[in-house]
Amino acid sequence: MFLLCSVFMQAQPVSNPPVEMADGMRSDGKIYVVVGVLVIILFGVFAYLMSIDRKVSRIEKNIEELSKK
Amino acid sequence: MPVPALEILHETIRNLYFHVCMWFSMMFILTVSLVYSLKYLNKPNEDYDIIASQSSYTGLMFGVLGLATGSLWARYTWGAWWTNDPKLNGAAIALLSYFAYVVLRNAMDDEQKRARISAVYNIFAYAMMMVFIMIYPRLKEVDSLHPGNGGNPGFNQYDLDSHMRLVFYPAVIGWLLLCSWIASINIRTERIKRHLANQ
Repeated sequence: MFLLCSVFMQAQPVSNPPVEMADGMRSDGKIYVVVGVLVIILFGVFAYLMSIDRKVSRIEKNIEELSKK
Repeated sequence: MPVPALEILHETIRNLYFHVCMWFSMMFILTVSLVYSLKYLNKPNEDYDIIASQSSYTGLMFGVLGLATGSLWARYTWGAWWTNDPKLNGAAIALLSYFAYVVLRNAMDDEQKRARISAVYNIFAYAMMMVFIMIYPRLKEVDSLHPGNGGNPGFNQYDLDSHMRLVFYPAVIGWLLLCSWIASINIRTERIKRHLANQ
């Protein structure tokens, strides 16, 4: 019996490589993907606003230089 | 707001209010850009060039956001950030043709030449965008996996109680307004910049 058991133990299939299932981002019907999308959009718009801000600052500096002349 | 429960999409059907709106905004503002490029070719006015160029820069920003949000979704639905789906590759080609527009503009110093050549190129880029985003993924032969294509659940066939439309249409209007606001800020700063440069 013991022998049989040990044979069965060894005959266990090799464990599968970890499969990504309903974990983290995929839990609760993948609602966190929607959250991630919102975060991306917010960061994108902020980054774009910053680039506009830099452009305006350059223009302000130009105006200052022009008014000094 | 309740949403229809669908295979594959699950709760990410709510990306309709964000990811899809990014592309709508992009197409809207790129159409504005096309109109002003045509107007420029009809009557070379510097202001038309400013509006056309700044609108397409704004459109590019929305396109990049659309691609990034889609990529995140694909990572957790298809298992990869990028797949060789016709819809994805089509969108990438469309964006690349607008990146080429930016490069083309920056490559030329002479203002009138730049305005004229980029206006002509803009017409070409717009046609590429329409073909690769609107037509190519819808062909039967290429069979896209993107929601709404190739028999995959989108929202329009299943949204029987129109709850999604109730959110979607105002969201589209809101994003279009935000998009035109950003474009108008870009246009106004560019006008001031050119005005100073001419002094």
